[in-house]
Amino acid sequence: MTVSVRRTEVGALLGFAERQMYVYKRYWVWEVVWLFYSIVSVLSIGFLASGLGALGAGGGRFDLRKAQLYLLVGALLWGYLSLVFMEAAYAIAWERWEGTIEYTFMAPVRRVTHLMGICLFAVVYGLARTFIVLVVAIAIFDVDFSHANLGGTLIVLAASTVPLIGLAILTSVLPLLSPQKGEQMSFAVQGFMLLVSGVYYPLSVLPAPLLLAGAISPLTYALSGMRRSLLEGAGMGDQLPTVAILLGMGAVLIPLGILVFSWAERRAKRLGLLKRSG
Amino acid sequence: MNVPAIDIQGVRKAFRRREREAGVPFWKRATAKDKVALHELDLQVEAGGITGVLGPNGSGKSTLIRILGTLLTPDSGTARVFGSDVVTEALQVRRHVNRVSVEAAFFKELSPWENMVYAARLYGYGGVRSRVVEILEGLGLPNDVIDQPMKQLSRGQQQKVAIARSFLTAPSLLLMDEPTTGLDPRSKKEVQDALEKLRAEREITVLLCTHDMDEAAALCERVLMMDGGRVLADGSPDELCRRHGGGTLEDVFMRLTGKALVAEELEEVAK
Repeated sequence: MTVSVRRTEVGALLGFAERQMYVYKRYWVWEVVWLFYSIVSVLSIGFLASGLGALGAGGGRFDLRKAQLYLLVGALLWGYLSLVFMEAAYAIAWERWEGTIEYTFMAPVRRVTHLMGICLFAVVYGLARTFIVLVVAIAIFDVDFSHANLGGTLIVLAASTVPLIGLAILTSVLPLLSPQKGEQMSFAVQGFMLLVSGVYYPLSVLPAPLLLAGAISPLTYALSGMRRSLLEGAGMGDQLPTVAILLGMGAVLIPLGILVFSWAERRAKRLGLLKRSG
Repeated sequence: MNVPAIDIQGVRKAFRRREREAGVPFWKRATAKDKVALHELDLQVEAGGITGVLGPNGSGKSTLIRILGTLLTPDSGTARVFGSDVVTEALQVRRHVNRVSVEAAFFKELSPWENMVYAARLYGYGGVRSRVVEILEGLGLPNDVIDQPMKQLSRGQQQKVAIARSFLTAPSLLLMDEPTTGLDPRSKKEVQDALEKLRAEREITVLLCTHDMDEAAALCERVLMMDGGRVLADGSPDELCRRHGGGTLEDVFMRLTGKALVAEELEEVAK
């Protein structure tokens, strides 16, 4: 790749991220609504733990405070990870809604640049939105993160984003395969990840087949790693195995996602699916 | 030797559609039928000038445009743009090509400025506001629309922004797919003027697909008449009229196909 081509690709990468920013700026009212929804969801989970206490689940053997933290961390992280996942997974669906899919696919940029540009914005946006929800949750539940290890938390958060991007690219293929049903299938994938990744419960409660699915979900490792750092103070050194697993999964999922996307794009061009109406 | 802007050899494209016949149970797969959009098309277009492609809906015009824009792959044959193959060297082709389609493909909530800066970044140009303003003004767009959402602009204004966007990205081959269809006469004239201006200012090859015979006669040096995925006639507007019994391009088209282009268009609108 020549220097000028590389510069064009970097410009395009930022162009995709900037375009998303403009779109969100225009749809800001919707973003306020979604932020409200995120806050309400996380608060509901927090109050669920409080409610367990009110229903008599305490009884000496059950640490309600710990349960509340466990659930809140799960809800916050799921909020971030699912947002990044859906933003990237909707990269194609969004273009189809707006009627720009043909224009974008005719642009002289590599598909990996296109997808990474969308992911770049999704990560920054996801972090910003999750931070706001975190601030509200801390204020309402008086959450104690005094044992948290910031370095360990951040390193797992950064590493967990890598395989998530790969998964999201794989899912963004669905609207290319089926213009009519692809978007809904993205929701199904997201729901399945919620089920098997231990967002609100330890994986040990799952039956064996779902346990197996949980073992290959990168979110499982992201969530358990983050919980160890936030609740038990695991440092960067302690998190190296988790980081290695997450990066290893990313090293497989991102190239796999791009390969599958290329195949789906070729198929869509052969069948004439690459158009706004599908 | 000059490389042709477009070089198509034996390109065929068919689309498979599944049609369910009456009485077939829902669990049985519908029968697949192929509808041929292009039949072994051969076409060469030298660099420079405007070549018109005339034909009714379903004649294969848009399929041709989409193949050249790397949005469709031919089933057989080869298509090259400035020497690069649209399938194996798609990225190279895309550096040469831009497209203005019948419906302006924009993020409707974004402004002309935001849409154009996005396009500029994709094509490796900086989003210089003064340049965008200059191009839009040159096309007669009022200054105050540049920051308004696209959805608030008239269709004529949107098409002008689409043309301005293609100016900004400086393509060597501009594919125009019915850019004036559905526009009021004044907007149509303004878009046609913009195209004339583009031709006067730039070394550019334009492939203009249209239903409008007058538009083709006024703007194009060369006209291809298509129907049913085949090229029926090819030549300059005057040449075609002379060769096929005189009259207008509309008369020539009717003689060649037995169909009236305008009637077909009206039927399509009525559907």
